[in-house]
Amino acid sequence: MQTKMSRRAYGSIALAGALTLAINVVWAETMKYEVVDGEAINAALTDQAGDAANGKKVFLNRKKGNCLACHVVSSLSDQPFHGEVGPPLDGVADRLSPGEMRLRVVNPKVVNADTIMPAFYRTDGFERVLKDFEGKPMLSAQEVEDVLAYLQTMKE
Amino acid sequence: MKGEITALATIVALTTGAGAIAFAADDWGKFQVEDRRSGYTYATAETQAMQDDEFANPAMLWVEHGEEAWNKVDGEAGKSCNSCHGNAAETMKTVGSTYPVFAKDIGKLENVEDRINRCRTDNMKAKAWKYDSQNMLGMVSYVKRQSLGQPMSVKIDGEAAPWFEKGKAFYTQRRGQLDMACSHCHVDNAGNMIRANTLSQGQGNGFPTYRLKWQKPGSLHRRFRGCNKQVRARPFKTGSDEYLALELYVMWRGRGLPVETPAVRN
Ligand code: HEC
Ligand code: HEC
Repeated sequence: MQTKMSRRAYGSIALAGALTLAINVVWAETMKYEVVDGEAINAALTDQAGDAANGKKVFLNRKKGNCLACHVVSSLSDQPFHGEVGPPLDGVADRLSPGEMRLRVVNPKVVNADTIMPAFYRTDGFERVLKDFEGKPMLSAQEVEDVLAYLQTMKE
Repeated sequence: MKGEITALATIVALTTGAGAIAFAADDWGKFQVEDRRSGYTYATAETQAMQDDEFANPAMLWVEHGEEAWNKVDGEAGKSCNSCHGNAAETMKTVGSTYPVFAKDIGKLENVEDRINRCRTDNMKAKAWKYDSQNMLGMVSYVKRQSLGQPMSVKIDGEAAPWFEKGKAFYTQRRGQLDMACSHCHVDNAGNMIRANTLSQGQGNGFPTYRLKWQKPGSLHRRFRGCNKQVRARPFKTGSDEYLALELYVMWRGRGLPVETPAVRN
């Protein structure tokens, strides 16, 4: 009884908290971040600067980013099988600011609710996730920053 | 992404590339009805040829196995399928194109696998077969083969309607850590490459389908499990109500397409 009560109380506090925060800050088991005007996450997720070389590895790794499954990247033409599901990422850093790219990797559904692109740094709101992946983001905060450093090299 | 998106099977070399040459673009003959296209039209010429030739189609072995079992007495009632149904070419002709159906006597939707098992347990007093067992794949393949070329036409009204609605909702429900619905791949992106695979419309008219990757035929529900798992979603059980409803919806999506059992796919 005691635990039930306190759990319920906790629940409503969390709900109230979520409601006030929902305006532009997103909570999860991931770090919190701020979405500016539904367009960008300008602040880096970690203190450590992104490492483009590791970002490229994460981008290619089929168990991590696997970004080539859906995107063509001309500078990676030595890699087989670039997908056609998303737009080519050539010159993406000329089109989008670092913050805009961060939001698209963290949770592209904020920009387009119907997109097929997975959210790489989100843990909530999923349905029937396989046990091994439950409660975990696809990429760690540092991996997201590393991928972003790599994306920033994509200029024409 | 796990599973086939990441898998770099040797067959990839053989199955990507030029695609079919037997048909001019946008003219897929009987394999296309309005905007609905069989997975056949996304397969390579080599894979198509393997399906077309009864002697090269590796799944015909299972059809033959099914034919033998059709005539074999099994169970305490001392009966075979043939004892009740006779010539399958006549009595099973529309089964492949019309199932799953709402079965009044059990008050639920039933697919060919379930119907076969009901015949076995109730009428033959024989043991039920497991999904994707050699026996079940053989019998389903043999039964559906009798409908070869028949246009798919499942009934979705009346008592089947709630099942249909459930399957339809399933199709657009995002699932798994990758947060994707069937429709993201098979409606929005049919024809696009995802890694080494060309996405098709995900039609069900060729099942049980022989997959080169599996090196054997598999049921439609096995395919559903694979598609769920590759987006890191917990799959449902083969034969579950969820997959039965989904089967009805998928078969309706392919209305008018010819039954191709046993199809061959990448
Ligand atoms: C399953 C498909 C898929 C995967 C995997 C995927 N994306 Fe995307 N991506 C898309 C689609 C589709 C879009 C188009 C935007 C939309 O749908 O809203 C997109 C858009 C983008 C954009 C914006 C491009 C622009 O020009 O506006 C960036 C940046 C991006 N993706 C980066 C990535 C990175 C980095 C990864 C891997 C960590 C990745 N994507 C993985 C499908 C995918
Ligand atoms: C991440 C992408 C993706 C998602 C999501 C997905 N599939 Fe698939 N599916 C594939 C790929 C790749 C194949 C093999 C190539 C093809 O036929 O599209 C396939 C094949 C199929 C086939 C076999 C088609 C044939 O001609 O043999 C069926 C049926 C199917 N999917 C149904 C579904 C259903 C139902 C769902 C939702 C539960 C689903 N798929 C979700 C990628 C996906």
